[in-house]
Amino acid sequence: MSAAARRVLGGVGAAGVAILAALFIGPILWVAWGSVRNGGSFSGTNYTRLVHYGAGLWTYVSNTGLVVLLTVVGSLVISVFAGYAFARLRFPGSKALFVGILAILMVPHTSLLIPLYIWLDRLSLGNSLVGVSLVMVMYQMPFSVFMMRNSFETVPRELEEAALMDGCSPRTALRRVLLPAVAPGLITVGLFAFLASWNEFVTPLILLSDGDKYTLPLALVNLVQGDWGMIDFGALQAGVVISAVPCIILFAFLQRSFVSGFTNGAVKG
Amino acid sequence: MARALAAHAGTGPRLSDVSKARSRRTSRRAWLYAAPAATVLVGMFVVPLGLAVWMSFHKWPLLGDSQPFNFPANYTAISDDRLFTAAVGFTVKYTAIITVVLLTLSFGLAVLVQESKRRVTGVLRTVFFLPVVTGLTTAALLFLGLLSPSAGPLDDLLAHFGAKVDWLGQPTTALISTVVMMTWRFAGFYMIILLAGLQAIPRELYEAASIDGANRWRALWSVTLPLMRSNLALCTVLIVTGGMVAFEQFYVMTRGGPDNSTVTMVMTIFRQAFSQFNLGVAAAMSVVVLLGLVVLNVVQMRLLGDTDEVAR
Repeated sequence: MSAAARRVLGGVGAAGVAILAALFIGPILWVAWGSVRNGGSFSGTNYTRLVHYGAGLWTYVSNTGLVVLLTVVGSLVISVFAGYAFARLRFPGSKALFVGILAILMVPHTSLLIPLYIWLDRLSLGNSLVGVSLVMVMYQMPFSVFMMRNSFETVPRELEEAALMDGCSPRTALRRVLLPAVAPGLITVGLFAFLASWNEFVTPLILLSDGDKYTLPLALVNLVQGDWGMIDFGALQAGVVISAVPCIILFAFLQRSFVSGFTNGAVKG
Repeated sequence: MARALAAHAGTGPRLSDVSKARSRRTSRRAWLYAAPAATVLVGMFVVPLGLAVWMSFHKWPLLGDSQPFNFPANYTAISDDRLFTAAVGFTVKYTAIITVVLLTLSFGLAVLVQESKRRVTGVLRTVFFLPVVTGLTTAALLFLGLLSPSAGPLDDLLAHFGAKVDWLGQPTTALISTVVMMTWRFAGFYMIILLAGLQAIPRELYEAASIDGANRWRALWSVTLPLMRSNLALCTVLIVTGGMVAFEQFYVMTRGGPDNSTVTMVMTIFRQAFSQFNLGVAAAMSVVVLLGLVVLNVVQMRLLGDTDEVAR
């Protein structure tokens, strides 16, 4: 191939790649742009309308925030203790428990949500954000426990033994020596618990009946499906931006945890 | 401490007593640590799973106190539900399409990122991955706006060519639109898994292949694909499973329409439960879908080989 032909081919290839990249980034740019445009000029009215939609944007965001907080904290606590037990201690029934946790991955969410709808009601957790959070913690368990077990396994035993030798109790050793060592794992578990619960739609859709308790994704879908034919696309664009921004910010700061989550555990489960 | 010293003094039975006591103490501590996980597993997974089976054996209206035993009425009701049988067909069709499209595109993206110049690699990877960090519902809502005739840019664009498409108003274009949205949202995710496989292939193998006279396609076919078998298998299992339980992408974008042409299996479960208030039938459908999925997964694992290699 001549140098000129190669250059032309390279140029065509580069243009193709640029178009491909534009197709992926385009929708995000479009929604961000559209959310601040109104009648051909810049304006924040899309956001203003969204703020006053339904029970108010603040209600939906704080409902979602509560679910996120409970899911992240719950996932971290459960996976630290269980991960440590699986990685470091031998105990009868450990294998069955681990397989049971992984089995969660095999079951479609809706299959569980029908009985959960009845069951949580019996537990007085029906139509509650705490109930939704508990379900989210359960969904996250295969990933979070697997991730923390792997994290603890990579910490050399000598580190812990040295701490015990120095007179630490096992609990202090866990807190002061092991926890800092598994910090990257904790960040990944927390990050994925955040993303899953911030974005979850089906669980609150089935479990919540009270409009005041709706989470952000649920409220946004309602915005679209509430009045047929009269969709407020401006407010929808603003809503899409608001629900995407926290995820994009986290991605920007925690790219490493993202990739390690996806390649080490999120998909392995 | 005293017992430990005594054990060191060298009496056999005592030694085993001590180690038994110690292992009992260890396992009590271990169960204490594992207790929160076990509690959530039993309370939020095992019990509901059992309840699903129990409910499927009973007439279970959404409202009302009595739940009389009616096995196998809920299960026979499934095959009578024409919407469900149609939904099985549609779900399989959607799964087949999304599997081929997503696998091909993600593989292409992975190769593209891998082969591009160092400077560009990072940028491309970020760009392709960015949609993955937005939620599925968010992505579906975004495309709902993008495809809408009033708010989206596509209508104006097509008007230039004198064309007009009601994307979500016709069965075929509604399906295509959803596949496009899902591809946009997930391609970067599978690209990352495949990229990990690509990067693990030693360069020397390609050099050896080219010395043996293999061209690029031949190398792709005989070196890349076989060595990425476990990554490809993992992606396939995940995409197929995701396709079979598809719900929210269609619930948000098409609501199952137009004319119930995009109703998935899980959507019929949802409708049985919350539009027709037959929780018993919905539970029976859930059990059937669950069993089908387990069988499908086992078959896939067998066919595609062990995904364990990636899992470790």
